[in-house]
Amino acid sequence: MKNFKFSKRGLLFFLMFVAVLALPFITDALLGRGWVRIVDFAMLYIMLALGLNIVVGYAGLLDLGYIAFFAVGAYCYALTGSPHLALAFPQLFPDGVHLSFWIVLPMAAMLAGGMGVLLGAPTLRLRGDYLAIVTLGFGEIIRIFMNNLNAPVNLTNGPQGISRIDPVRIAGVSLNTTQSVFGITLPSVHLYFYLFLGFAALVAFVSHRLEKSRIGRAWMAIREDEIAASAMGINTRNLKLLAFAMGAMFGGVSGTLFAGFQGFVSPESFSLMESVMVLCMVVLGGMGHIYGVILGGLMLALLPEMLRHSVVPLQQAMFGKVIIDPESLRMLLFGIALIVVMLYRPAGLWPSPVRRRELASDEAAERV
Amino acid sequence: MSLLALSGIGKQFGGLHALSEVSLHIERGEIYGLIGPNGAGKTTLFNVITGLYQPNAGEFRFNGCSYQAAKPHVLAAAGIARTFQNIRLFANLTALENVMIGRHVRTQAGVFGALLRNKAVRLEERACRARAHELLRYVGIEKPSQTLAKNLSYGEQRRLEIARALATEPLLLALDEPAAGMNATETEALKALLQGIRKTGVTVLLIEHDVKLIMGLCDRVAVLDYGRKIAEGVPEQVRNNPAVIAAYLGADDE
Repeated sequence: MKNFKFSKRGLLFFLMFVAVLALPFITDALLGRGWVRIVDFAMLYIMLALGLNIVVGYAGLLDLGYIAFFAVGAYCYALTGSPHLALAFPQLFPDGVHLSFWIVLPMAAMLAGGMGVLLGAPTLRLRGDYLAIVTLGFGEIIRIFMNNLNAPVNLTNGPQGISRIDPVRIAGVSLNTTQSVFGITLPSVHLYFYLFLGFAALVAFVSHRLEKSRIGRAWMAIREDEIAASAMGINTRNLKLLAFAMGAMFGGVSGTLFAGFQGFVSPESFSLMESVMVLCMVVLGGMGHIYGVILGGLMLALLPEMLRHSVVPLQQAMFGKVIIDPESLRMLLFGIALIVVMLYRPAGLWPSPVRRRELASDEAAERV
Repeated sequence: MSLLALSGIGKQFGGLHALSEVSLHIERGEIYGLIGPNGAGKTTLFNVITGLYQPNAGEFRFNGCSYQAAKPHVLAAAGIARTFQNIRLFANLTALENVMIGRHVRTQAGVFGALLRNKAVRLEERACRARAHELLRYVGIEKPSQTLAKNLSYGEQRRLEIARALATEPLLLALDEPAAGMNATETEALKALLQGIRKTGVTVLLIEHDVKLIMGLCDRVAVLDYGRKIAEGVPEQVRNNPAVIAAYLGADDE
């Protein structure tokens, strides 16, 4: 009986796996190629949300500048994988720097992790709103740096951003080209989808392993009660720095992938709004619950695009003209959605089983 | 040699001398009580002993080592575990997880261990879980180990705090008013539990308002008043000490 149950579950997983693998083809056939690109971005957002989940969901450290680590990763690859540095240092790099993506990736992850520690170290004593303000400032500092580091030495090309970034290559094959494998034609966006899917799965796996470990428990202890945690022998300083570093590393990896995929980075991709979006993914999905966070990331990455594609034709059909532009409608709906979720599902759309149980028991207690 | 030896401990908050010149030593295997009127500095002293406060003056020796301005987690690793006067459990974690977190300081697995989950890590995790179950049974928590800490009854929460503290394998178990808010039967059960813990070789330090509990349980008692130790000795002696009576009942002004 037990065996049967297991195989049923295994079958379910297998079907889901096949469905996810077929996703770009289904999307391509039903909605067009532009949507595959949107799904690719959703994968990047999932990685970001899972990274932020470590900081906010597990360790309970409210971080409003998380997108800075995404920026660090993106600019790392933009500088070391494009002709741009030829402008700043024509003697040193006449063609710019063109390091392999696979060399930059671990370096960018380490650098972002280091930035995480750098942000964490001065904020160790802060919690809640105070921490949020400092991290918000940090995020803005990074963005403004990117915006202004075009003088006296043109390092980041300022608001124009850096373009012509090398595509990701796997075994010499550029992912910016259409490939065919076993007679199946894979356009560039499909190739990137599988790359991102692999990384998102890796990030989810690492999150899962950390959550169910001594380290994860220590993070949750800090989230619940920092003083009690330290009295139980948890070195709160080191573990908070570790949480910042791990979260930042995931952000850095995601940013590096973003730069390779997009081929172009500019500071406006790393505004405060993006940090808020990623935080909303974590909170709406279900803080501290990996599946919930993935759901939140998917929803918040896809819904605005759906709106963009449906609002204009809908209004034109109804009124013959566009009354509300999709951007402002998006913010409105977004705000309403947040309020509704916080009122009716305070633990998120898909909370962890423990949180669900706790809410259920609260209700039971109220009934008595 | 004493397990814990404090000499000349002083702690000030601004101009307020919360503790001055407090010296005491706790021997291995005894139950040591700390009493005093409200505001006498009991909890301050307790926080100094567990590393939450750093003393401004004096010497702190535990288990043969000297500690200067040690953080709580360092003292926990050295073997001092505590509970809190106003219960501080990890409310949204399960009872089992609470106790397993107490094992943190006696386990090793780091980030790579967590990611690879190799044999050593799996064994450690299993042992940690088994020990946590054992401790939950030992302190008498009958509810399922997956119950969230905040859904336990008051008495169970108090006992879960003790289980969590015991999980750190302490040499000295420091309890801040463990009987506060308990009824007579619960207090009796607590007394039996503490006597059992002492039999396993753990030294116990107790702050308590319940004088009956202190007198019936402790081998030695110290009395604090206005941040100073005014008496120390076996309970009978202390109870008849005029300075103690004066501190509790007020002295005649002559």
